[in-house]
Amino acid sequence: MDEALLRGLTPSVLTVLVRRGADFAAAEDAVQDALVEALRVWPADPPHDPKGWLVTVAWRKFLDATRSDAARRRREERAEEEPGPGPAPAVDDTLQLYFLCAHPSLTPSSAVALTLRAVGGLTTRQIAQAYLVPEATMAQRISRAKRTVSGVRFDQPGDVATVLRVLYLVFNEGYSGDVDLAAEAIRLTRRLAAAIDHPEVRGLLALMLLHHARRDGRRGPDGALVPLAEQDRSRWDTALIAEGVAVLQAALARDRLGEYQAQAAVAALHADAPTAEETDWVQIVEWYDELVRLTDSPVVRLNRAVAVGEADGPRAGLAALAALDPSLPRHTAAAAYLHERDGDPATAARLYAEAARKASNLAEQDYLTRQAARLNARLRHGPGSP
Amino acid sequence: MAKYLLLKHYRGAPAAVNDVPMDQWTPEEISAHIRYMQEFAARLEKTGEFVDGQALAPEGTWVRYDGEGRPPVTDGPFAETKDLIAGWMVIDVDSYDRALELAGELSAAPGAGGKPIHEWLELRPFMAEPPTITD
Repeated sequence: MDEALLRGLTPSVLTVLVRRGADFAAAEDAVQDALVEALRVWPADPPHDPKGWLVTVAWRKFLDATRSDAARRRREERAEEEPGPGPAPAVDDTLQLYFLCAHPSLTPSSAVALTLRAVGGLTTRQIAQAYLVPEATMAQRISRAKRTVSGVRFDQPGDVATVLRVLYLVFNEGYSGDVDLAAEAIRLTRRLAAAIDHPEVRGLLALMLLHHARRDGRRGPDGALVPLAEQDRSRWDTALIAEGVAVLQAALARDRLGEYQAQAAVAALHADAPTAEETDWVQIVEWYDELVRLTDSPVVRLNRAVAVGEADGPRAGLAALAALDPSLPRHTAAAAYLHERDGDPATAARLYAEAARKASNLAEQDYLTRQAARLNARLRHGPGSP
Repeated sequence: MAKYLLLKHYRGAPAAVNDVPMDQWTPEEISAHIRYMQEFAARLEKTGEFVDGQALAPEGTWVRYDGEGRPPVTDGPFAETKDLIAGWMVIDVDSYDRALELAGELSAAPGAGGKPIHEWLELRPFMAEPPTITD
């Protein structure tokens, strides 16, 4: 069964129900029920008209739930009067769904969960597995998110920036499960790019494509992290790189630079270099200067310092690093790298070990510990050893 | 989105403010304490932040490999072990600040005299997956 097809239909089925007058929360539940039923029934009995099937089943689920709700309400003494269905939304419905699910009143984790379910068409169980929490917890997170946005009118224009942040989170948090969240984020960003003409949406899509293209090269056969400079570039996906570069160039041509376009430009320069040595670090530093101007983010300044170390030598990189808060994530790791390049393996080994203790994930910790061990072995056995 | 472990210690944590051993409490105080813990977990389930919670028996066994073909060696429990974990709760929250807030609430569980224990809890972040975009 084509699960991607099923997931792709979700937002339009949901908007059909909303257009027929169902409120968002109830419609979303009904579509989720229909989805779960489709996953059960379709493999043995695929429908001729998948969308028609989903609309029919979802609408029936909605009516069933509404009837049992109504029966419950009749048992109560004074039922509150339900508001009538609002006017049919005139603007693009899928876009409105993105806005609603990434509404600024939601916490990031709630917005991510709701987006994956209502726009992405994933089941609660799949989302729970992807984020390693119990299904009941994820179900609560989603229903709470729906309560939070229950007062938001479906036809209100939303904020593209919050939608992009949610999609970026889905892409960048490398959790794993049956669902490939990175691929899912790309699918949802493609769809968003089709629904709205916005250079930053294209910038984010380009950024995702360019990083996704390098995915196979990021891990060695044993699962260990391989740093960019040591990656086997023949394992990069050239078709994805070409697409990412094309999407980015079209976005940049609009002359409305934003942080995602600038980040994608850095990624494009890496993807474009046939070897690590041929990387255009001078241009990368220039893009980081743009990013500092756009975001003033300390993490960007840290990345800039590393790029300066490549463009102008490790001393220049260390000087740039010295101006930054040493408690920044990866500050110690960057210092270790630059000290080794500067010909000081003893300091580098000490800093790599310290960076390993501060790492926030196991893959980086393993990588940094290995770096420290490599330098310590060299220091013990003299410069001739590997 | 980050997972944290809230560790509760039998021994090894700094002394609580309301530091009266549980066997000196009244039965009602014990019930109130247990109810508080259950309600705390239930509330976290409702907010979609609960992952897991377990209590551990105070006494355990030390085990180690003893060579090919031999059964593992066991030892203990050691009465002098300084650090003794009583139980844990795993939460999945949006921020470190939220984790602190929840740990603070859990530490306010009522003890002797119905007053908050002000117990020290250990908050440990989980190792996450590495992010995709780092350059």
